[in-house]
Parts: sequence; C-alpha cells; structure tokens
Amino acid sequence: MKKSVLTVAGVAALGAMAVSAGAATLDTVKGRGKLICGVSLATPGFAAPDDKGRMTGFDADICRSIAVAVFGDGDKVDFVPTNINTRFQAVQSGEVDVLSRQTTLTYTREASLGLDFGPTVFYDGQGLMVAKSLGVASAKELQDAAICTLPGTTTAQNLSDFFRTLGAKFELVVFESPDENRAAFFGGRCQAISSDRSDLASIRAVANNPDDYILLPETISKEPLAPAVRQNDSAWRDIVSWSVWMLMAAEEKGITQANVDEKLKSEDPEIQRMLGVTDELGPMLGLDKKWGYNIIKSVGNYGEVFERNMGQGTRLGMTRGPNTQWNAGGLLYAPPIR
Amino acid sequence: MAELQLSVPLGPPRRARPWIKNLFGTPGNALITMFCVLALALLAKIAIGWLLIDAVFTGTPADCKVGSGACWPFLGAKLRYMIFGFYPYEEQWRPFAALLLFLGAALVSMVPRLWSRGLLLAWLVVLIPALYILMAGGVLGLSAVPSSKWGGLPLSFMLSFIGLAAAMPLGIALALARQSDLPAIRVLAISFIEIVRGVPLISLLFLATVMLPLFMPEGVTIDKLLRAQVAIILFAAAYIAEIVRGGLQAVPKGQIEAGNALGLHYWLIMRKIVLPQALKKVIPPLVSLFIGFFQDTTLVTIIGLLDFLDTVRSALRDPDWQGIAVLEGYLFAAFVYFTFSALMGAYSRFLERYYRTTHD
Repeated sequence: MKKSVLTVAGVAALGAMAVSAGAATLDTVKGRGKLICGVSLATPGFAAPDDKGRMTGFDADICRSIAVAVFGDGDKVDFVPTNINTRFQAVQSGEVDVLSRQTTLTYTREASLGLDFGPTVFYDGQGLMVAKSLGVASAKELQDAAICTLPGTTTAQNLSDFFRTLGAKFELVVFESPDENRAAFFGGRCQAISSDRSDLASIRAVANNPDDYILLPETISKEPLAPAVRQNDSAWRDIVSWSVWMLMAAEEKGITQANVDEKLKSEDPEIQRMLGVTDELGPMLGLDKKWGYNIIKSVGNYGEVFERNMGQGTRLGMTRGPNTQWNAGGLLYAPPIR
Repeated sequence: MAELQLSVPLGPPRRARPWIKNLFGTPGNALITMFCVLALALLAKIAIGWLLIDAVFTGTPADCKVGSGACWPFLGAKLRYMIFGFYPYEEQWRPFAALLLFLGAALVSMVPRLWSRGLLLAWLVVLIPALYILMAGGVLGLSAVPSSKWGGLPLSFMLSFIGLAAAMPLGIALALARQSDLPAIRVLAISFIEIVRGVPLISLLFLATVMLPLFMPEGVTIDKLLRAQVAIILFAAAYIAEIVRGGLQAVPKGQIEAGNALGLHYWLIMRKIVLPQALKKVIPPLVSLFIGFFQDTTLVTIIGLLDFLDTVRSALRDPDWQGIAVLEGYLFAAFVYFTFSALMGAYSRFLERYYRTTHD
C-alpha cells in the first residue's frame, strides 16, 4: 500500500525500460498449467500462510478465482510472496502473472510503471485509532498528538496534509517493524496510531482488550486496492477484471457457494449467463463456458470471501464499510454480465 | 584433549585453587563476584520461570494468552512452516531428507582425513544433483516443486553454504589474479573486487532481481533463486579473495623462490607450496566471514525470497497467535542460527589446532 518515493522513482525508470511485447499471458499460464500470483507474505486477512503453509486470505482468494476461471481448479495457483520493494518489478518481468497484493491503484503507478490495474477489490483508506480512555470521538479533536506509524511517505504525508488543513500540530513517531509499532501504541508511547483501516482493524484485534480502542470515523486518504497485471495484455486483464466482477455480481444476485447448484435452474437470464447455462460467454475470453459457476462453486461470492477472511467471524472482525454492494449504499458495482 | 594441554603456555607452577583467589582475593573482587552471581541468579530465575515454570506447553492460543510464560504450542503448530516455508505440506519429507543428507554429508566432509579428490567428486556428481532432485523433483516420480516454493531453513542453507562453497575457488582465483604479473588480469581482478566490495549486498541482490530480468529478452526468465545465489557467490568471492590475498602475502617470498629454484612452474608452486600455507593462516578470518554470510543471507527477504528468518517472522504474524507469541519465534530462530554459527566456530578452532599439531 505504501511506498517510498525512491522505490517508485526507481521502478518507474525501470518500468519505462521494460519490454512489453511478447507471448500472451493467458497462453503462458495455460502452457504452464499454473497461475503464478504475487501476494504479500504475511498480512492477516489479505494473504498469510496457515500452519501448513497454505496461503489464505482475501488477496489469495482473488488469485484462486482467477485460477478457477482459467483452469476450473482453485489449487492450480502458485503463490509467490512479493516484497513491497520488488512487487512491481515482479509483474513487469513476468515473474508473476498477476499481483494481488493490497496495492493501491494510483495515477502514477498506472501511467508509469508498465502496469495495468484491474477493478478495485477492496476500498481501503488511512484511518486513526485511539484508546477509548483518551475521550476523543473525532480525529479533529486531536491536538499535539503523538501518532505512531510505519515508515512510508504516503502515510506521513496524508497525516500532515490532514492536520495542516485543520491547522493542528502533531508529532510523528515512526517504527520500522509492525510489532514495535503496535507495542508502542499499546504501551502508550503515542496517543494515536495511523495506518490503513483494514490494518488498524488487525492491530486492534490483537490488543489484550480490543474494546478499549476505537477507530476514529475519519478516513484521511483513499486507498483503492486492486490487482495489477503487465501492461498491454488486455485479454489477460479482461480475465482478471471479470473474475473479480464475477465475485461481486454473484453476491449482488444472491448466488453463494452453497446455492450455486440450485441457481443453475434460476429463471433470471443474467444468472443463466453468469453460470454458463445459456450463451457462450466464457469462450469469448478463452475460458470455459462454466467459468462463472466454477468460481462461485470453489471460492464463493465477494461477501463470502470477505467474511471468511476478515469479517465479523474472524479475529480481524472488520465490517464491510464501503465494500458493500452499490444497491446497499456501497461501492461494489460490477458491470452487467451480458 | 591432548592438544589442548599442549597449547597451555608454560609458566610458573600454579598455586592451588587460584580461581578462589581470583574471585574473592580482595574485598573489591569479592564484591564484584557477589554482584555478578546475584545478577546471574536473578537472570536465571527469570529465564527458567519464563521458559519452563510459567510456560504453556500444550493448548491453544487462548491458553497462552492467559499464561504469563513462554507459549510453546506456537512452535509446535508452526514448526513445519517455519522450517520449510511454502513447500507443499505433503512433500515436506523431501526438504527434510535433503537437509539431513546435506548435514550428514557436511559432517563427514569435515574430517580432514577424508579429504580427497573422490570426496569433492562425490559432492559434485552425486550429492548436489541428489539434493537438487529432492528439492525440485520432476523426475523419479517426485512431483515438480518450483523454486519459488522453496523456503525456510533449506533455502538459507542453500544460499549460504552452496554460495560459500562456490565462492571459495572463485575467491582464490581472484586473489591469485590480483597478484598476477599480467596487468590485464590484475586490473580486472582489482576492479571486480573493489566494485563488488564497494557496494552493499542488498544493492547486488536488487541488481540481480530487479535489473537483470529487464535486460533479458522477453520470455527468458532466469530463476529468481539462481539470480540471488549468483549475486551471493560474487559478493562472497570478492571478500574471500581479499582474505586469501592476506594469507598469500604472509607466505615468505623464500618459499616461492625455493619453488622456482626447483624448476617448478607457477601453478605447481601455488598449489603445492603457497596456497596450503596461505589458506591455513586465514582460517579464522575465513570462518568469521562464513558465519557472517550465513547470517547475511537473511537479506534475501528484501527481494522476496523466503529464508528461515522470514518464515519465522511471517509465522509470528498469524492473527491467531499475533501478540501472543513473539519472543518464542525469535528465540527459536536465534537458537538455530546460534547453533550453526557456534558449530562453524568450533570447527574452525578444531582446524586450527589440527594444523598446528600436524604441521609447522
């Protein structure tokens, strides 16, 4: 999500050099028999290995649905943990077919890194968390607060932008490691801690008593997280995009992992098209006719993916926030599948 | 033990129980001794309390959250992941076998009496291919496991030990080249050594992983692990070259002149006279370099390779255990790194003694 200016400049320079002609990614993936997906190494909720080293998480499930779309099998994916400094290069060089790594879609990244982004899969934003005992209900009430963060220019920049517009002062306390950052906040070194809201939720989850802490309502930056693919391979980007939109559309239409077989008999023409009952939509992208059915059958719909990995039933306990369907007041809006 | 006693310098006859006198000889010494003993006892009490008495040995994260001591179930649950990383769970006997095979072979190879051309050949022709087949598979009915899934301890060992083993001959060649009478070779060697030593390992790793692929023709990708391995070999070679050069300079000129007088040619003099003496002299700095490198390989995490320390760190971030077990994971990592570093140190001391007593 965050980056240093230096890395971006470096990768941008390299991105310009990258040659982007070449074999179509879909053919490469099919020839290899596996999708290679770049994820983060250990971000609970998004991508983290379980006890057996199997990748779990929201980003990992996005990868699985793409693998299902291509192969009909969610296990035909190799996860490559990518480092925050080398993640874009991994896409440019073809080391990974798709990068699903909590990466914020921004103008510069799209324009200069030799990347194309898919649809936003998760609407995140930088927030602030404080102890309840501080008695603060809004970030606007913070005066001269010490704020713990991880390094990364955008985090600090967003904070200084925010507080400058308020005319308030704050003190930035930067820690190299997430563990130190967390410990410093819980230890009272800072009045507030700032990071992406999803991250704050996971920090809150490990507190001795999570109810002692509250996330302030302000979101001080926009962080739309989206998967990225190599530039100039629109056929492949289409597959990535529509795999994501299939997850969203399935939730909108009320298709779940459990009821997808019943829905095969649905009268709704859009559901019929999505599940490949009528029309031959899959082959237009070089996919199986039943690609939509396969995705929902093996991964579930967007809501199920969310709840399974970071929802109320998990330790992260995140609410959907803006990540709800458009007709429920959220931002998820899959284009029609027709 | 015989060698040990021999190495004790002869001095005036020792008085009985001098350590008592050393510890309690003067009031000042007695005070310091008492203080140290107290401090040690306090430390031991805290450590034992945390490691054993208050520790939780079986159970779930919830049990650990209640307990105040160490949380050992964390190690139990995460042990295989920490050691083998993303290697497919059902196939993890393969890296395990490879690890045992490697350690066993390394142990055998540590005995100087067994050193021979045959042993070297066995490593090159039998062991390394066998280790590779075990890890990579794809033949003999073993399923193929791409190197992107290798991780943990086997990866750390591979990067450091294969890296150092390959860097050693390269480093010696560079050291000789640097002293060569042929200007072209000398300048090349000096520039290589100075350039590589002049940049941090991280920048070399970045160069290998970020820059190199972009210069490759489309579709040609060299394995990332191999790229990192080559970077480590080159980096280590430059340092080894300088250490070996120090050894070469310590060999008296007369040795070479004697060789010349006997009519031996350059390579024979180097192989039979100079290098054996030079290498013996540089065992201590070489081993500290090896130990340093074993630990420096943790830097590959920066290019997204999952070495042992990184698997430990990522295991710690499991939300189920987060904030519950932190020290346990790092202690385990420290224990593993310390064990192997200490073994290397002990072996170095053994080699020094071995050479002192059999030659010179």
